[in-house]
Amino acid sequence: MTSYVIKNGHVINPASNTSEPLDVLIAGDKVVKIGHNLKGDVVINAEGHVVSPGLVDIHCHFREPGGESKETIATGSLAAAAGGFTTVVTMANTNPVIDNAGLVELVIRRAREEACIHVLPAACATKGLIGNEITEMADLKKAGAVAVTDDGQDVASSALMLRALEYANMVGMPFLSHCEDESLAEGGAMNEGYTATLMGIPGIPKAAEEIRIDRNIRLAELAKAHLHIQHVSTAAGVEIIRQAKKRGARVTAESAPHYFSLTDEAVQGFNTNAKMNPPLREKEDREAIIKGFQDGTLDCIATDHAPHTATEKRVEFGLAPFGIIGLETSLALTITELVRPGHITIEDAVHLLSWGGAQICRLNSGNLYEGGPADITIFDPEMQWTIDSNDFASKSRNSPFIGRSVYGKVSYTFCGGKIVYPELPF
Amino acid sequence: MKTEPLLRWTKKDLIGIRELSRSEIEIILDLTPKFLSVSERASGIKKVPLLQGRLVVNWFHEPSTRTRTSFELAAKRLSADILSITASSLSTVKGETLHDTLANIEAMNTDILVLRHSGAGVPHILAKDHASHIINAGDGRHEHPTQALLDAFTMREEMRRLYNDPNRGLDGIKVALVGDIQHSRVARSNIHALTKLGADVTVCGPATLLPRGIEGFGVKVTTDLGEALENVDVIYALRIQMERQGKALFPSVGEYVRLFRIDRDALCYAPDHAIVMHPGPINRDLELSTEVADGPRSVILKQVTNGVAVRMAVMHVLANAGSSKEL
Repeated sequence: MTSYVIKNGHVINPASNTSEPLDVLIAGDKVVKIGHNLKGDVVINAEGHVVSPGLVDIHCHFREPGGESKETIATGSLAAAAGGFTTVVTMANTNPVIDNAGLVELVIRRAREEACIHVLPAACATKGLIGNEITEMADLKKAGAVAVTDDGQDVASSALMLRALEYANMVGMPFLSHCEDESLAEGGAMNEGYTATLMGIPGIPKAAEEIRIDRNIRLAELAKAHLHIQHVSTAAGVEIIRQAKKRGARVTAESAPHYFSLTDEAVQGFNTNAKMNPPLREKEDREAIIKGFQDGTLDCIATDHAPHTATEKRVEFGLAPFGIIGLETSLALTITELVRPGHITIEDAVHLLSWGGAQICRLNSGNLYEGGPADITIFDPEMQWTIDSNDFASKSRNSPFIGRSVYGKVSYTFCGGKIVYPELPF
Repeated sequence: MKTEPLLRWTKKDLIGIRELSRSEIEIILDLTPKFLSVSERASGIKKVPLLQGRLVVNWFHEPSTRTRTSFELAAKRLSADILSITASSLSTVKGETLHDTLANIEAMNTDILVLRHSGAGVPHILAKDHASHIINAGDGRHEHPTQALLDAFTMREEMRRLYNDPNRGLDGIKVALVGDIQHSRVARSNIHALTKLGADVTVCGPATLLPRGIEGFGVKVTTDLGEALENVDVIYALRIQMERQGKALFPSVGEYVRLFRIDRDALCYAPDHAIVMHPGPINRDLELSTEVADGPRSVILKQVTNGVAVRMAVMHVLANAGSSKEL
């Protein structure tokens, strides 16, 4: 068994509050030792690099089954590895949707066959993702689902949402919640406001998201369930979560790099790669998201990696599908937009990108400890590079960040003790 | 005619008024009278050979009679060859993409493409990737630049006549746009053009038809028709799109009429010299009473006449920019 020793790096492990120069010894699929002057068969020189737990993204769309022209479990996991992620939670809005144990098993089997990282499925909270009946959550969990979600849409009926939360709580799974009032959002394609009016594009008001964040939290409090709010995009949304946490609600929340890096002005020029749901908001929302990360209201960064083909996106703005890819740009945007301007520390960034999300879905990931899984990301936080669509490992190219100069690049990703990025020629 | 305007024009396309400078708008407005005179020639030969041998394609992806025929006539008076494609004859209904349809139209060596589309931004995205001159003839709620140019020209002519000043511009004149601002590309393009030309613009309509953020355009916003019409020089009634009433954006036609219709009672709020405009087609007695539409203050048919001349000026400028062609 070949052992690797990662030397001269700066280990950051938020779960143990570690941030110091240390060596890491890996043998097989385990971390054997974290300490000084370690020796192994193969030396990885991590000078100038951060050595962190493999990053965790609890919100991605790998499109398999049914959307393989956009992404597959194989290509999605390569994109994840290139971005430093070793564990991802995939959403259930595939075709067919993941609403029974057989389909959970399918995703898990495909991941075992094809994926170079850990791909963990979330399953539907309601059958067929249509909000009429709750799914067999105990069976889904037994098959390997790590969470329930109707991501892509909200559960319209408050009564059914309450039952789904009560049941998810009973089986011990978090509910990953896409908050959106469909009647307010219907027909909209970007944030409602000055820019939308200027461009003549129907808007989605912030209230469409905020009133459902509030409703879903109140239902979770009633059910005493763990509710996780996905892709928070507005200032009032952050504030509602902050107040709920203060009164002790079991609520966690994520936001995505695009919400702290961009505003709705990125849509100018009818850029369909800046179209996602919830939509890019305004300056004050972007600032509130950053504050939410600073004070712990927002628990993790998730990408909402949502691949679409170039042909699907190269249409009129109103008809283009919602969503952008994010796995390969998330770490760099976090460093460039949050760490370098001094909003958060590099330790906070690693926390938000690994241990934060792992705790929400109760995963054995995002934590670097002796005897733990050898899922490790080695990145140079100072390295400057330009995001180039030709370099994406993802099958899709729908990123609004193409051409942007950023800081922070992954040099190696280890998953289960193997180097999964860069792809080695042997 | 001086060659100067053609040398000052640098844009390949006319996508929106927002992208134009005041002086670019004025290039078009200043050229328009010459083209107007072509249509009024005593000889009866209403043609000039400025686009002879050029191909103009009218691609209308949304129903339109007025704008399409106005462009068609403009192209014919410039001696261009003209081809009209309407939504029903389009292969997009057969699943062809926009870019592919345009590539096919271009493969026929099209010089100017006049495009009407229900999707905001379609002319913009196509203009970026294709070589022909694209004229936006209306895209969703976004822009309708030739309408705004013909409206600005009409207002300028009327104000020049009123104030007996052949050099008067629109600086300081007061314009009220009344009706459905939310869904109106005409309102957006007019606001851009009028504010750039120095006019003072007020928008007025039911609260449910005023888009959020409209104040950011530099206009006054009110839901009170009396307030909107006070001291105005121009009353511009917008079309109420009855097809949108499925969304119940106001409670009834009756209530709309009582609060926002431009009729004899509404005109009492405005000074006697105020003119009345409408982009057409009119819903008679809904946004505009028949009495006012056909009355002495209406310049609606002048708008239509001016429309052809403005569109001739636009095509001429786009196709001959940088050259020294004279009229």
